[in-house]
Amino acid sequence: MELFTNQVLAGIATGAIYACMALAVVMIYQAIDHLNFAQGEMAMFSTFISWQLMQWGVSYWAAFLITLAFSFVAGIAIERILFKPLVKAPVLTNVAGFIALFAIINSSAGLIWDFTIKQYPTPFGSSPFLGSQLISTHQAGMIGVTVLLLLGLYFFFQYTRIGLAMRAAASVPESARLVGINTSWMIALGWGMATAIGSIAGMLIAPVVFLEPNMMGGVLIYGFAAAVLGGLSSPFGAVVGGFLVGIFENLAGTYIPGVGNELKLPIALALIISVLVVKPAGLFGRHIVKRV
Amino acid sequence: MTTLLTVKDLRAYYGQVQALHGLSFSLNEGSLTTLLGANGAGKTTTLRAICNMVRSTGGIEFDGKPLNNRSTESIVRFGIAHVPQGRGTFTTMTVEENLQLGAITRKDSAGIISDIERMYAHFPVLKQRHTQQAGTLSGGEQQMLAVARALMLRPRLMLLDEPSFGLAPLVVRDLFGILGKINREDKVSILVVEQNAQLALELADQAYVIETGRIVMSGKAKDIANNEEIRKSYLGY
Repeated sequence: MELFTNQVLAGIATGAIYACMALAVVMIYQAIDHLNFAQGEMAMFSTFISWQLMQWGVSYWAAFLITLAFSFVAGIAIERILFKPLVKAPVLTNVAGFIALFAIINSSAGLIWDFTIKQYPTPFGSSPFLGSQLISTHQAGMIGVTVLLLLGLYFFFQYTRIGLAMRAAASVPESARLVGINTSWMIALGWGMATAIGSIAGMLIAPVVFLEPNMMGGVLIYGFAAAVLGGLSSPFGAVVGGFLVGIFENLAGTYIPGVGNELKLPIALALIISVLVVKPAGLFGRHIVKRV
Repeated sequence: MTTLLTVKDLRAYYGQVQALHGLSFSLNEGSLTTLLGANGAGKTTTLRAICNMVRSTGGIEFDGKPLNNRSTESIVRFGIAHVPQGRGTFTTMTVEENLQLGAITRKDSAGIISDIERMYAHFPVLKQRHTQQAGTLSGGEQQMLAVARALMLRPRLMLLDEPSFGLAPLVVRDLFGILGKINREDKVSILVVEQNAQLALELADQAYVIETGRIVMSGKAKDIANNEEIRKSYLGY
């Protein structure tokens, strides 16, 4: 029983990270109807920035905040430079854009910081949390930061004018323009926020997976699985999906014989495919019905 | 009486297809003007061209200022509220959020709150449903919401695209009554596009008739309604 509780709690902790990645993916998907394949690489690059800042002697939380700001601005810049011109381009052009972005960021990180694996610090330490063997302080910190982030985002989208405008721009762009919302900038803002959210995920998971240019590959696939499971049209679903995928991943690794650590990733892919076959809209997504 | 909106030699295009062929008309401050015409005559396109939602050439002046080459969202800031065909409801948001969105360009939060109450007075059904998702409202209620959303801008000019579309005759009467009241009491100039010519002519003071992208007739609404020849050949009643 202790093993089970332990695995569930550990699953919630990594699930928090998947929830962040899924949320970042869904925010951009809602804004531009495309999946950002480079979301993980963007998060990885941000994490390297924070690492570099700490190498230069900046304290953890200062580096954390500077990285958030950097990611926000970088996300906006990427949208303005690369994806705004592609607004009316076909799907494949956008996919090519995302793959290019993936490759560029991955190689640049390798060029600047090389591909060796680096230690990444945790501000929470890794002692047992509240004296319990079930969960470490870092895992508790991952959950805590994610919960704070989600509450902040909920408040932002529900109770601020700019949050309301962003929701309107994503749901009915034409009507949003007709009430005076600059939908193009709302998309850019969505990119900035998604990138910042992704950077939080990167900085929180780096002590676990270690820092290197390919650190986010697996995480992003789980993030996609979470987003698909929860429903690509539902930010709430993405978060729930993230936690579910985290728990599922850990339990499958522990209890299904032969899965272990090596086959965890195929489990995520199997999950994506099963959801798409059985319930394409996901747990909380809306079916898109179009009049023809 | 001063001219609020002047449209000169307006030509609009959907891709290679030209939808308006040099259309000119004007609208006086405080008036309620209607654009009539059959399906495909170019009524909707005219409204869309005013808000720069379709590629067009020609002159569009609002209160002496040219609107050409401005983005749709910046044209709203001149005080032009457009209720599009199909109502453009933010269906996944609440009724109250829809009203707040109508005022999203305004900065006076106290005025916005009192205007929301004013809209609830105009349209009591919206107050009953203010926490409900707007997509669950009936067609008539959504049209009320669309008009209320447009009024939240405190517009000088309201553009209405087929407000009667898909509504029961009684609901349409109601709605048109409210539009007349808004025009008289709140001094909002209104340009309404309608297929229901009879009703629109009762409500409006000025009328223009469009056929295949050109104005073919203009005058006082009363005169056009009384001219049997025009009625029979262009308005079909």
